[in-house]
Amino acid sequence: METEPVTLTSNETCLLSAKPRIAFFDFAGCEGDQLQIANLEEKLLDILAHVEVVSFREIKTGHGDDYDIAFVEGSITRPEDEERIKEIRSKAKVLVALGACAAIGGINCLKNFMGEGFYRDVVYGPQAGWYRTYAARPLSAVVTVDAEIPGCPIDRLEFARVVKELLLGRTPWLPDYPVCVECKMAGNVCRFDMGKMCLGIITRAGCGACCVTEGAHCWGCRGLFPTANLDAARQVMDRAGFDRRQVQDLMRFFLGDTRAGL
Amino acid sequence: MAKPAKDKAVSTAKKINVHYLTRVEGHGNIIAEVDEAGTVTSCRWEVPEAPRFFEAMMLGRTYHDVHHIASRICGICSIGHQLASLQATEEALGVMVSEQTLILRKLALHGENIQSHLLHVGYLVLPDLLGVDSVIPLASTHREELLHLVKSRAMSNEFCRLVSGRTTHPQRLMVGGMAKLPSEEDLLKLREILVGAVPEMRAVVDLFAAVKGNFPDFTRETEYVGLSSPSEYGLYWGEVASTAAPRRPAALYQDVAREYCVPSSTAKWSKGVEGPYMVGALARFNINSGQLNASGREAAEKLGLKAPSYNPYYISLAQVVEVVHSIEDAITLTDRLLERGVQAEKPQVVRCAPGRGVGAVEVPRGLLFHAYEYDENGRVTHADCVIPTNQNHANIQKDLEALTPLIAREDKAAVELKLSMLVRAYDPCISCSTHRLDLSEGEGLVRFVPAGKAGLKEG
Ligand code: SF4
Ligand code: SF4
Ligand code: SF4
Repeated sequence: METEPVTLTSNETCLLSAKPRIAFFDFAGCEGDQLQIANLEEKLLDILAHVEVVSFREIKTGHGDDYDIAFVEGSITRPEDEERIKEIRSKAKVLVALGACAAIGGINCLKNFMGEGFYRDVVYGPQAGWYRTYAARPLSAVVTVDAEIPGCPIDRLEFARVVKELLLGRTPWLPDYPVCVECKMAGNVCRFDMGKMCLGIITRAGCGACCVTEGAHCWGCRGLFPTANLDAARQVMDRAGFDRRQVQDLMRFFLGDTRAGL
Repeated sequence: MAKPAKDKAVSTAKKINVHYLTRVEGHGNIIAEVDEAGTVTSCRWEVPEAPRFFEAMMLGRTYHDVHHIASRICGICSIGHQLASLQATEEALGVMVSEQTLILRKLALHGENIQSHLLHVGYLVLPDLLGVDSVIPLASTHREELLHLVKSRAMSNEFCRLVSGRTTHPQRLMVGGMAKLPSEEDLLKLREILVGAVPEMRAVVDLFAAVKGNFPDFTRETEYVGLSSPSEYGLYWGEVASTAAPRRPAALYQDVAREYCVPSSTAKWSKGVEGPYMVGALARFNINSGQLNASGREAAEKLGLKAPSYNPYYISLAQVVEVVHSIEDAITLTDRLLERGVQAEKPQVVRCAPGRGVGAVEVPRGLLFHAYEYDENGRVTHADCVIPTNQNHANIQKDLEALTPLIAREDKAAVELKLSMLVRAYDPCISCSTHRLDLSEGEGLVRFVPAGKAGLKEG
């Protein structure tokens, strides 16, 4: 998977000209990322002054097919999703993956480790055949993604910043170092020192290590940072005495589609 | 992909095809057809949302991760899913939490109910009542009203953050207690913003009292199901009450919420004791309105909402009442915590042993059940989640069937709007369409109107 911060093509110049038209779409996901956008409250009103929202099904009825930037939430989990995302791609000048499900496959990939027949049967029983689906995958497995706003859910301020950068025609920047850096800045005691596991060592920063700060550990929801060393990470966890199953539980939580390979 | 129908209605005959209903969470379609004679020939509610298989994804996972997985079923009621999940796990593993944890969990639930209800009534329903297509134009036409709503919502976000650490998919709630506690300072701040929200909410109540007349006048009596607790307006726990049957402990949820599959929907539908039933704010109001606190009662009076109310559009009014109730109750709970002082507590130690547990919590859209079985290693061997919207689907269908003939002769736009508003009233949370079927009973398919024309294949 490619996690380098994106470089926009010459498309960005056309964003400078008029009021850019933006649209929101979702695939398999919980809509928590779109909720974060609604939760921007007053800041949202500011953003709305600079863009034209042509499609945002969650909060708006009118729908237009003419947009510059498409924000897409959720994973691709069915053949028919592919058609729809390709159509969105063909209309959008810039396509932004919103949240872990869209950017890295996220939580939906938990089912990829089970046989399709099994999970369909567990949930739908004899009617399983009615509901087609396949292994969950990130948008980038099907179309070109220009930028991503990682996280589960996304950080609303990061969303506001990325939108601003896109509007200015800049390449949105994402931290390329691990969550540990921010965790130290937040003054947290390292989970490994507490005998617990944590994925901050391989995960892209930008959330302020909020889960660690709130008493949990990093689950890896922002995806791997570009030079994450998975072998070293696994060694650290091995040496700290965690068995393979425990490591696997954590690695599969959000990172099931990455090359993390557990 | 199906394209929206573009026929021009030249006679009474019309085809309503709301492909992807807007201002709801997830993907749903409303299809209705009326013939030349004004007779409704088909009318159905479809859910084409991508199925997500959460119950399978929970299998084999350990007790400390399960509520974090459950959280991702829905971004809007992630706290409710965590709470129902925690209750189920704690019952299965025999864990009792402290009174302090209980109060904090009740606060977290109030925070989320307020946040979600305000999102629904303010951003999703209000535009219909004011004749616009989204909340965005209200920024210029109804700026003051909108600011009250925006401010109340900002308060509810801050509320959730102060208690559970993050507004969506919070990290503090855990099996046996809390991973982190709010400080006394946080609680004082919480109290201050709650008290500050009271006048803001009065303005919101007045606004809805003023526009209430724009809700269609439509009633259909149905079975109402919700939690009922002897000591309070049931939200965090209680027995399952129904207007059609005696109360049952939550463990017997499968007697009152029987799920089945329909071909036009990836979400399951449910049958109650008698048939389709309603869960959610109006169902709770109809069952528990006697236990509203003083401000909740006052709001209901101002809005002219009396139990029992059979108008499904009034779900929104019941939500406004609940917000007011929750704010007062949250102030009381915060005061109780401040009086006793926040105690540093370690979460309860969990001993893994095989067990089964059921959690039942009233989340914004209604009654939510999670039921798990664990093995001796504290890993899930069986999971069942029955979400409120799935319980409402069949009732939504019945309401559509009852309403469409009454308005069939109105122009197409009006029919489309009223049907859309009806479904929207339920605040359906469609993306949670991931649910397990109990295979013990061979359920038949539901029949749409008219029998025989049921869409076995999605059109
Ligand atoms: S990334 Fe997380 S918040 Fe976003 S849709 Fe997926 S589960 Fe929901
Ligand atoms: S707790 Fe996690 S994120 Fe923080 S320093 Fe340790 S490994 Fe890194
Ligand atoms: S701490 Fe880890 S899991 Fe939590 S938000 Fe940051 S990257 Fe995601």
